[in-house]
Amino acid sequence: MEHRPGMTGQETNTAAAEAVSKPRIAVHKFASCDGCQLAFLNLGEDLLALMEMVDVVHFAEAGPVDPDAEVDFAFIEGSISTPADIERVKRIRERSRYVIAVGACATAGGLQALRNMADAGQWMRAVYAEPGNIKSLDTSTPVAQHIKVDLELWGCPVNGRQVLAAVRALLSGVAPAEEHDKVCLECKRRQSVCVMVAKGMPCMGPMTRTGCGALCPSFGRDCYGCYGPAENSNTDSLTRRFEGLGLLPDAVARRFLSINNGAPAFNDAGRKLRE
Amino acid sequence: MAQMAAAGFSFLQRGRFQQLFDVLQEAGYRCVGPRVTDGAILYDTVTKVEDLPQAVRDRQAPGHYRLESSKSELYFAWANGPQALKPLVFKPRETLWQCQAQPSRGLQFETVPPEAPATAVIGVRACDLAALRLQDRHFIHGPVVDPAYLARRRNLFLVAVNCTHPADTCFCRSTGDGPQVTNGFDLLLSEIDAGFVIEARTDQGVDVLGRLPTEGATAKQLEAARQPIARGAQAQTRRFPTRNLRDTLLSNLDHPRWQQVAERCLSCGNCTAVCPTCFCHSEGDEPTLDGSRSEHYRQWGSCFTRTHSYIHGLVIRGDTRLRYRQWLTHKLGTWHEQYGRSGCVGCGRCISWCPVGIDLTEEIAAICASAADA
Repeated sequence: MEHRPGMTGQETNTAAAEAVSKPRIAVHKFASCDGCQLAFLNLGEDLLALMEMVDVVHFAEAGPVDPDAEVDFAFIEGSISTPADIERVKRIRERSRYVIAVGACATAGGLQALRNMADAGQWMRAVYAEPGNIKSLDTSTPVAQHIKVDLELWGCPVNGRQVLAAVRALLSGVAPAEEHDKVCLECKRRQSVCVMVAKGMPCMGPMTRTGCGALCPSFGRDCYGCYGPAENSNTDSLTRRFEGLGLLPDAVARRFLSINNGAPAFNDAGRKLRE
Repeated sequence: MAQMAAAGFSFLQRGRFQQLFDVLQEAGYRCVGPRVTDGAILYDTVTKVEDLPQAVRDRQAPGHYRLESSKSELYFAWANGPQALKPLVFKPRETLWQCQAQPSRGLQFETVPPEAPATAVIGVRACDLAALRLQDRHFIHGPVVDPAYLARRRNLFLVAVNCTHPADTCFCRSTGDGPQVTNGFDLLLSEIDAGFVIEARTDQGVDVLGRLPTEGATAKQLEAARQPIARGAQAQTRRFPTRNLRDTLLSNLDHPRWQQVAERCLSCGNCTAVCPTCFCHSEGDEPTLDGSRSEHYRQWGSCFTRTHSYIHGLVIRGDTRLRYRQWLTHKLGTWHEQYGRSGCVGCGRCISWCPVGIDLTEEIAAICASAADA
């Protein structure tokens, strides 16, 4: 079965041929909160248009269930946190032309990657009455650590604009434009007042990749880095600045070791502060 | 009457200041002026004098901006906020053209006409006017005229104000761009306790002035207007060693200071976004989901991004040392070849709004000092 994701049906003549040529899409869930899947479900009118253009063969939260189907595009939400997850994500890779990791869990291990720096077994014994029933890995890791990932959409959660841009590019057969700018640039384009300079708040904007549209600073609060590290991030300098604003080293570490604690740039900066 | 106003100086009493807003609005202008917003002074729509930041003072230092209340009744007793004119003429983001896929005719391209409402800006400072001249030079007087910029620029009416309260970060005296406004305005205000000394420079300015209930300014009022400008100039402490740093910078490309500043610089681009003369941008396309239509947009870019130096498969300036050096050697060095002067107007915004407080005058001093030693 060979599909051509670049085509939107214009080349085909009959309705039957069009139906056959529709790209097939799957949306899989691993360890996650389901918030990124909502980026699809909250697309509004675009969701209806999307459904006309593609066949959604697996998307448990929306209805269709066929996890082992062969697809053109597999979107994966969530991190790899159990031995079964490893097997399942490998099966998805084998059955998918393109794999797209969506959201902080799938791209950096998510908030739950905090256990990578702790005694996971001890946590489990503290929380569960019968920890022996739980088959969990000691780590929570990004999808790309286990299989080849063709595209990563960062964010906690990702938003509809990001998802649509990626889907459109994939359907057109072109590489989606990656967003590398720091949140600061988008913040200034929006004409928001810098909360670090004007209010002394420990904003992660200068370290964080854009994509959110500088949402938090536009509401007068500091960015907490939910879109993960931007390219060329100078975490040492921002650490010194946060300390200058009066944060103790552990408070600075918590800025880095949050939603994207598993992302190498943030993880290194946070660990350095805790040593 | 109009001739007399153009030749001399008029005076508008403080209690009649609202009339300026009324006259401009009756003439069809949207008034834009300073307003206190989210802890800073931003330029936005104003309709009445009460919208202006009365009895407010700014405290600025590297990486630091705070507003404080003051006992002064003055409307313009502060230096500047993060932006003034740039976003009004060079939009942070705008659609330049769009493309439509039509079954019978293929792709149809059309330009998107810029929105360019008649806009009167109240409270423009000398540094902002100098920056506007530089942006004009780039967008209008270069080999290619930018139609969107030109349309908005033509519809600007500029009410300048002489600056009497420079911030600690200001150094317009050193660059030769202020604090006294000398040209490039329609109306020029000098604020004193009793009101405003006004001068008109253009026909439109003369026309607006003629509709205001002014009287002739007295010698005493002119003196009261002059003194605080001179005091403001004297209060500035930051400076560049010379106005043309081209040779010094280009002969110090390997100076260790570039690496030292790179260790502090976040490469976030805030300096270039608040700089009133920076004009770099990136472009992109936003197609609709069904692929039938696409919008091509332009948005503020920065030499501190990776994509700024991406050329067929290679990022030329991958690290912060090269990016910071590119910014300063261009702005203060090669601008002289390109635009006949430095690209810095001494507004100090890049110092205040740098999250880690990097001060370009300090960096230049360090590079020039040891250059002189060598």
